[in-house]
Amino acid sequence: MSKIKVTRRTAVQMTGAAAVATGTTFGPQMASAQQGPVKIGLSMPQTGGLAAGGRASLLGIEVWKDDINAKGGLLGRKVELVVYDDQSSATTTPAIYSKLLDVDKVDLLFAPYATVPTGPIMPLVKQRDLLLMGNFSFQVNQTVKHDKWFNIAPWGPADSWGRSFIEIGEKAGAQSIAFLAADQEFAQNLVKLAKGVADEKKMKTVFEQNYPPNTVEFSAIIRALRGARADMVFVCSYPPDSAGILRAVNEIGIGENVKIFGGGMVGLQFTAVMESMGSLLNGVINFNSWLPEPSMYFEGTKEFFAKYQPRAVAAKVDPLGYYLAPYGYAQGQLIEQAVASVKSLDHKAIAGYLRSNTHKTIVGSIKFAADGEWEKTGTVQAQFRGVKDKDIEQFRGPGKQVILSPADRKTGEPIIPFEKARKG
Amino acid sequence: MSFDFELLRDAIVFGLLLGCFYAAVSLGLSVAFGLLDVPHLAYPAFLVLGSYGTYMLYTLGFDPLVAGVILTPVFFVLGILMYRIYYETFEKRGADSGVRGLAFFFGVMFIIEVAIIQMFGVDQRTVSASYIGRSLEIGEMRIPNRLIVAFIVALVIAATLYLYLSRTFTGRAIRAVAQDEGALRLMGANPVAIKQWAFGIATATLALAGALLIIVAPIEPTLDRAYIGRTFCVVVMAGLGSMGGTLIAGIILGVAEEVVKIYGASWAPAISFGLLLVILAVRPQGLFGR
Repeated sequence: MSKIKVTRRTAVQMTGAAAVATGTTFGPQMASAQQGPVKIGLSMPQTGGLAAGGRASLLGIEVWKDDINAKGGLLGRKVELVVYDDQSSATTTPAIYSKLLDVDKVDLLFAPYATVPTGPIMPLVKQRDLLLMGNFSFQVNQTVKHDKWFNIAPWGPADSWGRSFIEIGEKAGAQSIAFLAADQEFAQNLVKLAKGVADEKKMKTVFEQNYPPNTVEFSAIIRALRGARADMVFVCSYPPDSAGILRAVNEIGIGENVKIFGGGMVGLQFTAVMESMGSLLNGVINFNSWLPEPSMYFEGTKEFFAKYQPRAVAAKVDPLGYYLAPYGYAQGQLIEQAVASVKSLDHKAIAGYLRSNTHKTIVGSIKFAADGEWEKTGTVQAQFRGVKDKDIEQFRGPGKQVILSPADRKTGEPIIPFEKARKG
Repeated sequence: MSFDFELLRDAIVFGLLLGCFYAAVSLGLSVAFGLLDVPHLAYPAFLVLGSYGTYMLYTLGFDPLVAGVILTPVFFVLGILMYRIYYETFEKRGADSGVRGLAFFFGVMFIIEVAIIQMFGVDQRTVSASYIGRSLEIGEMRIPNRLIVAFIVALVIAATLYLYLSRTFTGRAIRAVAQDEGALRLMGANPVAIKQWAFGIATATLALAGALLIIVAPIEPTLDRAYIGRTFCVVVMAGLGSMGGTLIAGIILGVAEEVVKIYGASWAPAISFGLLLVILAVRPQGLFGR
């Protein structure tokens, strides 16, 4: 584990750590007694399979930190981020968050990007009754039911993600469905909910396959998928796999009868992947969080990207940063608004504010439901169109990912079937 | 899922091709670990380094395969330097060099990962070429051209290494140093120089193997971790130091993985490594080990 920013450990802090070791407990208010900067602690995948997203997300949060510090900070105190690399691993995060709380004595916690590293810290924050700002994990609070969890991801009602994709297929006349999912918590949660929607709509499941992490080659799986002759294919994959699946689809083919393909492919939102996959993306209907379409601009959105994108190029991070970076910034905006309103770093007060209000951010208005997820989904399903090879600039403007759902962000109708849409 | 002969046939063909790719990325380890007994944990990191080298030349306009060939002498020199450092700091010092060597190569692995992240960032990288993204159609069957390329290159590397190790003086000296270093010294050869040369060859194969890696699938800086198990599995299953055995072991692993994928892909890693355990239980020296 590599520490990105090491805070100075004073004798007082060491004494505090010793107190923890001997059984002294600290409530959420303990940090507010400290002087100096407001410390926000988090781990972030900066190496491993989730690193591309993690680093972009972190840069978005850093842009917010610099903005808020330029405005005087929180409660008149500068904001400082204490960040560790969790290596995209679920095994590292419990120890990191224990250290953030007991040694670094942070005031507030942000969750790492993604489901896998976030899941294991949920029991810890629930046990200590701490506020945790979620960062694009999926359904991690489903069983924990922590009342101080707020996920910045726009997933909204649990099944809305799969539902929006399946409804696009249903409108196109699909009656059967195939599921392909990674053996990872996020993908399994997502596919389980999508299966529920498919059952509700009496769709016939003709193919159901999970694949393990680190799968190198997808030809055999895609060949089997082609043989199933499904009307639509719902794929839940992680970044390293999504590109491999698309490449195999292009080489092996999935059949003329497939009307829509995609749904939950993580990775196709990242600029480097979009640039390298180029025209192979055409026709895929996939989820996203933010796109440069006219319906997605809110107060401060343009200004954010004007600050983020030059820094991203210098930091060798996702140069466009559409998927995660604005949400990292919005996560900070939520804290900024809550702390300014309750005039305290008290976790209970902040959670109460976040639960009771609608928040204006650069990614739109956010209102949280009781489970800490968005009350109304902001997840978009968009279709890649007219994408050319090796051209990053084409993604800066509208039209390359046409939004099909939800209705209030829709910018076009789907091209169907998939084989026709693939031709660009 | 019901039995489908066409699916099974296709999976076996994909597995054969994928297996040759696994063999191609394992042949160097068969030399370094199998013949020289060097605990080369950083081997997959050098493999990924080869991929990034290929990517760098690709961005300058080179075909990925040509880039791999261009990098081969560079990696040969890199391998010689790496062995020299390992020899001077660990192997020369005696009996526990193996254990400390593990730590050394583990450290090298992390250094390479971090260096790649610093140079290229953490994003996935891919290349394009006329043989990537297209397939060979034989009736209903479609075979990805990139796997065919991997298959051919694997055969070329395996045949070249086999001929070199069995038909040349230096090659036979490399095999001799694996069997009896003292006897080789009595024959007037310098075992350290021979091992250094062999380690250079093992590393040189990684330039081409790295090119194949980025041709077959996208890469990212920590991809080496996914290949530690696979490459050591192939080499141990083959029998340490057997080039032909490495090719066959790679094919067994590839076919097992691909066939399992059509009936339950989640079991692919378990089946592959289960196969290794079975082979080792029946033949502890590996399929072609002595």
